[in-house]
Amino acid sequence: MMEIGLNHYLVLSTILFCIGLIGVMRRKNLLMLFFATEILLNAVNVGFAAISHYYGDLTGQMFAFFVIAIAASELAVGLGLLIVWHKRHGTIDLDTLTSMRG
Amino acid sequence: MFEAVAFYLFAFLTITMFYITVTTAQALYALSALAAGMIFISAFFFILGADFLGAVQIIVYTGAVMALYAFGMMFFDTTREVKEKNGNKYIVVGLSVLAAVMIVAIFSAPIISTNMQAFYPMIEGAGNTQMVGMVLFTKYLVPFEVAAIMLLVAMVAGIVLAGKKMDLSLTLLNAEEIQAIEDEKNKKVLS
Repeated sequence: MMEIGLNHYLVLSTILFCIGLIGVMRRKNLLMLFFATEILLNAVNVGFAAISHYYGDLTGQMFAFFVIAIAASELAVGLGLLIVWHKRHGTIDLDTLTSMRG
Repeated sequence: MFEAVAFYLFAFLTITMFYITVTTAQALYALSALAAGMIFISAFFFILGADFLGAVQIIVYTGAVMALYAFGMMFFDTTREVKEKNGNKYIVVGLSVLAAVMIVAIFSAPIISTNMQAFYPMIEGAGNTQMVGMVLFTKYLVPFEVAAIMLLVAMVAGIVLAGKKMDLSLTLLNAEEIQAIEDEKNKKVLS
């Protein structure tokens, strides 16, 4: 209990990932969906850093850096698209994004 | 002992903050809780000895990403309550089962990979930042450059998408010019 091992971090990473999944499932507002996506990416980063520490390997940290870079660019493009959508339709609800009638 | 206390404290804080983010109905609360959660996440990186990653987490996430979200929220009507989705039960059940299977996989993964070998082992006598620099600029140089190009493309895309008609500023125009713009807009709506 007092000795923190790899499994502790993996459990924490799993819990955070599940919180993010719950957010993705129950949110309707697209901005809130973006927040949930950030939580998912951060949960994965914790797992990467923990594995990197406990196996003495730097690859995990490298992947965490690239995940951060991808999160930043995803956010820039996504927020731009969201602003365009909001200018055109006045709402960012997920239900309005059904113009293809899928 | 100290590590355990720090781990449990920050685990509790992070889970609480992210739980608030996904459950609150106010967009502003969600934003500030997410920012706090990001900072608490960086504490884990410092505990794990990944100092550079922790600093990057604070700078990029709470410095850049949260500021970008704050700017984005100025465009949207965030004062009203966020509606929730009460959708298909089967989809929710299916995704929950998927999440449970994933938990099992994550728990069993370290058992499978007990004979894992360090690919780029830690270098003796070098700080974390130094080691990151060595590995990033030798083994991961090409992905690093590709990530740089990807960030450039994302920046251009963000400017092109969000920056339409930002070249004209209402504070620098006089009354007649603003009236002309309004008339043109009304003409477009009527036609």
